[in-house]
Amino acid sequence: MNHTKDTWKIGNHEFTSRFILGSGKYSLDLIKAAVEQAKAQIITLALRRVNEGGAANILDYIPQGVSLLPNTSGARDAQEAVRIARLSREVCGSDLVKIEIMRDTRYLLPDNQETIKATEILAKEGFTVMPYMYPDLNAARDMVQAGAACIMPLGAPIGSNKGLCTKEFIQILIDEINLPIIVDAGIGRPSQACEAMEMGAAAVMANTAIATAGDVPLMADAFRKAIEAGREAYLSGLGRVMEKGASPSSPLTGYLQD
Amino acid sequence: MSQENHVNESIINEEVKEFLEKGKRTDHMKYLPDMEVIQSDVMDKVREAARNYDYSLYTEADVRRALSHDYKTPEDFKALLSPAALPLLEEIAQCAQKETRKHFGNSIYMFTPIYIANYCENYCIYCGFNCHNRIKRARLTYEEIDKEMAAIAKSGLQEILILTGESRKKSTVEYIGEACKIARKYFRVIGLEVYPMNSDEYAYLHKCGADYVTVFQETYHADKYETLHLAGHKRIYPYRVNAQERALMGGMRGVAFGALLGLDDFRKDAFATGMHAWYLQKKYPQAEISFSCPRLRPIINNDKINPMDVHEAQLLQVVCAYRLFMPFAGITISTRECARVRDNLVKIAATKISAGVSTGIGEHVEELEDKGDAQFEISDGRSVQEVYDSLLGENLQPVMAEYVYV
Repeated sequence: MNHTKDTWKIGNHEFTSRFILGSGKYSLDLIKAAVEQAKAQIITLALRRVNEGGAANILDYIPQGVSLLPNTSGARDAQEAVRIARLSREVCGSDLVKIEIMRDTRYLLPDNQETIKATEILAKEGFTVMPYMYPDLNAARDMVQAGAACIMPLGAPIGSNKGLCTKEFIQILIDEINLPIIVDAGIGRPSQACEAMEMGAAAVMANTAIATAGDVPLMADAFRKAIEAGREAYLSGLGRVMEKGASPSSPLTGYLQD
Repeated sequence: MSQENHVNESIINEEVKEFLEKGKRTDHMKYLPDMEVIQSDVMDKVREAARNYDYSLYTEADVRRALSHDYKTPEDFKALLSPAALPLLEEIAQCAQKETRKHFGNSIYMFTPIYIANYCENYCIYCGFNCHNRIKRARLTYEEIDKEMAAIAKSGLQEILILTGESRKKSTVEYIGEACKIARKYFRVIGLEVYPMNSDEYAYLHKCGADYVTVFQETYHADKYETLHLAGHKRIYPYRVNAQERALMGGMRGVAFGALLGLDDFRKDAFATGMHAWYLQKKYPQAEISFSCPRLRPIINNDKINPMDVHEAQLLQVVCAYRLFMPFAGITISTRECARVRDNLVKIAATKISAGVSTGIGEHVEELEDKGDAQFEISDGRSVQEVYDSLLGENLQPVMAEYVYV
């Protein structure tokens, strides 16, 4: 396996880094160091955080050369997401958009149905659409059909740091969907990011776990290493896990002779 | 034991006594003509919950159990607001801080209120704007509002909270709507703290650019409410309680709740405030919820008003209980509190802080200065830059707006 060629694509965009870094919930002047330590090539930001020409404008703090992935947070339905996405294309000059549609302020769970609708509209308008979703195979297939460029299932409720609560369902998406699966939300520690990558996720997106760490850049570095380790483990093929002690090689078919 | 006959003597002056003795007060539970009646059981549920809350029943073990839960139940909220929680305040504050960081990181939102008029038709005996209080009254013209807002916007703020006294006659819905339209030229986020209105009026103001509505219930204890709000629209208790719901029906994105701590039994009022938000969020899951935690302040012509038994520790207890019960809710801390208290509360659980505040009319532009008197005395007169710098100094990230109007 030639690791230097281990690239992946979202739409027409090609990347080598598999760590998508969030930019919310921490000090703006730490963003640059976090991006560097993460070796991230994509950074997400909420369009609603952009304060063009004003104080504390997040855009001013994002280093050159990193792809901006604006998200539609704040949208409560497909129409609102579409409007925010159009604005984001104007402001950030990028065709990438992560669709986030939530109509529950308590758990911030994505609304799959509305997300499918928004995906369809925006894909037709030429956006590279990255839908954040609750890991449901049927909804994911509809998103593929609607023109999604990848699928971003949640591991756990956003900001919860609870890890891969939806592991089994994410695995189904990885096995069945022919687009990059990016685990987004809920990843609380590097080991969980590593596990997602071992499972075959194309990339991991993390924000709160890094933003709320005591040392933000150091945690970004830890996540990067974990994601790289998980990727390499996936590429090298994980060995099997013994359930209970040693096992005979063919307990049921060993009798076969002719 | 719950204090059923809690009276804050500091509020009552001779004039109020006289009015109370005359004994001719209208039915505060009966809607006036033109007040929209909505089908909702939220108020009854909140009042019942508050009635049944006996905070003397809770023990340290209940508080510890509450702290151990990932998602706090109303029972947990009761324990956290009880006197038994007070000795555990440090631990509670640490949990609250963790929860705040999880949901908000180190972001602290900044805003300022603008008082555009102080005419008022209510007789709320603890408020500087009340119609019997002899103060200088004023209402800014559109041109003056524009000047004021332009001056405020220069400070870098992107969020404005528009306030009026509660006079529908002097500050009409159209007047407030025009103020919102002017505000849109200068600010990204527009909130309103004006008299409660009908859902179609909220819908109109939403179209004009407003998206957040704050209504302080002051106290949820209806009988006590009646003795504090002697006249005017505000006297009608149910119309005020249901204001947030009408605002959401009108399409507002978020609503804010607040009990004026010190008016009545603060534990019960804080509990009712939390439950009010809780029930409404269940009914309108998309609603953005926030809390304000005002304590009583001295006013012009009554400088003895004070929040009685709500000391700094109790205020912190209430703030932390809100945070733990609804971790995703915004919590605003006003200039009623001093810089020391505010700076510490944003480190623990508050997420929004005002700066460059004046509660008088027309005080951001020199030529308009002192047009109308202030609602209450503020305790933190720091400028926007000073608050901004102080947040940075505490490793907090000031945020001017996180919002798109859609």
